Amino acid sequence: MADFGYLSLTLALGFSFFALASFLIGYFSKREELVVSGVRSFYCAGGWILAAALAVVCLLSRNDFNLAYVWGYSNRALPWYFKVTALWGGQAGSLLWWNLILCVYAGFALWQSYKKDRWVLACIGAVFSACVLFFTLLHLFVADPFAQFHIVTPAGEQLFTPPDGKGLNPILQHPAMVIHPPMLYMGYIGFVVPFAFAIAAMATGQLGNRWIKTVRRWTLTAWLFLGTGIMLGARWAYVELGWGGYWAWDPVENASLMPWLCGTAFLHSVMVQERQGMLKAWNMVLVICCFLLSIFGTFLTRSGVVSSVHAFAQSNIGAYFVTFLLLLLAVSVALLTLRWKELRSSPPLQSVVSRESSFLFNNLILLCACFAVLWGTLFPVLSEAFTGEKIVVGAPFFNKVNIPIALVMLLLTGAGPYFAWKKTSAGTLKKNLLGPAVLGVFVIVALALLRVRDVYALICFGLAYFVIHTIAREFFKGARARQAATKENLLKAMWRMSRRNKRRYGGFIVHLGMVLIFVGIAGNAFQKEGRAELGAGESAVIGAYTLQLEKLKETENSNFLLQEAFVKVSDASGKPLARLKPEKRFYKSSEQPTSEVALRSTLKEDLYVVLADSKPDGKALLQMYINPLVNWVWIGGIVLILGTLFAMGSEIGKS
Amino acid sequence: MNRFKIAFCSIVLVAACFWLAVQGYGRAKTYYRTVQELLADPAGQQGKSLRVGGDVQQGSVQKSPEPLRFALTQDGKTLPVVYVGTEPLPDTFSDRAQAVVDGTYDAEKGVFLAEKIQAKCASKYESKGPRTLSSFQPPHQPEGQPSDRHG
Repeated sequence: MADFGYLSLTLALGFSFFALASFLIGYFSKREELVVSGVRSFYCAGGWILAAALAVVCLLSRNDFNLAYVWGYSNRALPWYFKVTALWGGQAGSLLWWNLILCVYAGFALWQSYKKDRWVLACIGAVFSACVLFFTLLHLFVADPFAQFHIVTPAGEQLFTPPDGKGLNPILQHPAMVIHPPMLYMGYIGFVVPFAFAIAAMATGQLGNRWIKTVRRWTLTAWLFLGTGIMLGARWAYVELGWGGYWAWDPVENASLMPWLCGTAFLHSVMVQERQGMLKAWNMVLVICCFLLSIFGTFLTRSGVVSSVHAFAQSNIGAYFVTFLLLLLAVSVALLTLRWKELRSSPPLQSVVSRESSFLFNNLILLCACFAVLWGTLFPVLSEAFTGEKIVVGAPFFNKVNIPIALVMLLLTGAGPYFAWKKTSAGTLKKNLLGPAVLGVFVIVALALLRVRDVYALICFGLAYFVIHTIAREFFKGARARQAATKENLLKAMWRMSRRNKRRYGGFIVHLGMVLIFVGIAGNAFQKEGRAELGAGESAVIGAYTLQLEKLKETENSNFLLQEAFVKVSDASGKPLARLKPEKRFYKSSEQPTSEVALRSTLKEDLYVVLADSKPDGKALLQMYINPLVNWVWIGGIVLILGTLFAMGSEIGKS
Repeated sequence: MNRFKIAFCSIVLVAACFWLAVQGYGRAKTYYRTVQELLADPAGQQGKSLRVGGDVQQGSVQKSPEPLRFALTQDGKTLPVVYVGTEPLPDTFSDRAQAVVDGTYDAEKGVFLAEKIQAKCASKYESKGPRTLSSFQPPHQPEGQPSDRHG
């Protein structure tokens, strides 16, 4: 089976190379039949990549520990579904998984464009085959998932089949981890399609509005997956890592945020090009940046160049990625220079107070945030290169920069939609925005009187009100107008009206989701934490909660030893609220403990309890957090996803 | 004229972000030091926030009396560490784990005051060096006896 897998990869290498060659030769010598054969061999390459991935899954589920990968990321006691997901648990497997998703995306894109322009097809095909070729080379020469297990004996290296594997890293044994990496990867890799179309548009010189529509649709898809992946990752960190938070500005998290920010910028500025034919060059650069940042993110995650607690992979793979990145950059820059004049020949912006310029400012802010994240993430590497001293900038840096940026974004989210195209008069703006703004200030004053003392959080709540007010008014205004004509009831009218302009109203729903996420994040300013060492029957107080330890129990199953603390939670008056059971597991195969957090979750706040340690005298050390409003982050995430799906409905309907 | 205005607004915006970044940088920078560098120049570390990485020395972890104490080793040099932070220790923190500690150095007492500890899985996970057959043999089992639990 391992031989079959290796053979599949070799065949995939051959086919992807052949595909690349036929696309390029076909394009430059204008021979259509070569382009067609390129498409076919690309599909063959994809098929063999699929075969190789299936072979890995098969080997994992058969416990073939004579393979280093299976030994490293699986063991006999692992449930079958985690055996399957161990495909993306380690370096070699996750790169293969990357390649497979790439093939699926590329397969779809090629199929969609097959009947259209052949030369565009040749260009996107060439980009796809080059990427597949690169990753297949990595599988074969750097991170081979089919490498056999060796041990060192006095007689030299020899093959060996260990009786059991090391097991999947226990903190990855979580349901969110089953879908988080696929989502994130589908996000990262999705940006390859817009990139390919951008390259094709520049190479063929067809810079009109047609390519930008296709690109917008694909970017939205990738952006949705990436956002979902980030949310799942945050949720996973929250319930699994046990430090009371969900975002730590870790390099790996930053790696996923950067293409998302860049993609967000593009999704806004692309509207300017669709409506006004402006910002062509800018959009092209954004599409290219999105993909380069995705590859860069994969590189950060996979190479261990920036030390991170959850960069599980460390290897010499970095040099390959840097080469690939430089190659992509060189091709992009060359094509941009070639078409720069045509790209720049768009009408100039007319007024500072217009929809166009509000999008421009939105873009600048998003890119500043993106750049700040990039800078902070790479700072240790840069400072070491230039000053010889390795300096790390931590969460305070990222917060200091990004919180004000986020607040300005929030303001623009509310105000932006009221700027008209071309030019807006101050009068209309005042008419539309004065009411919500005054009420927003009122919210701030009211909360300040209620002893909310964090400045940023106050501004955030005020702005959140402002944005929600403007969004709600849009929905009501539209519905009322429709009601006047159709006599439907309000909800029905609102639904019908939204369905008639899915892009617009889907966008508003996405904005609403974003606002809720910001509100949830602002709640973090009021986090409380405490710790207590409790014997059976003893209790501790945090905020309005009283926690009483009933007992500490130890049990065991085939996968792990288990310690459970039974905690009774009651409010200040003694009324019981919940029973919580924070756990500590000690996985046998990996000899590693993990904490399972217990939560009492309400819309107002979460009580978050971790069994930090157990003492020999039977006492339990509990770490407790109160996280106000944190649920709104997840709710906002769901709203954001639903809004995006709603907006995408219009695209699917049309195509 | 409008071009000028738009350019002006953009520059103000970008400059504001840049200013924020410089501000944030001043407060958040942490120097990465090896154990050796730290021990070679203890006085020079006064008041700086530092980050040191190394392996947790086997058997050095003392959980009680609080606070937690342990020793971090790197290339044969050893740094005593006291944990003064409030967050619970990461699950991955244990003997022989690779750990990264953030905090300050108390040159007089010769201890590192760690406010934050990050750790990477120990033992079997990132085992260094070549794999040998002995690591797969159960420790307390005389040779020749079957180790099958079910048998």
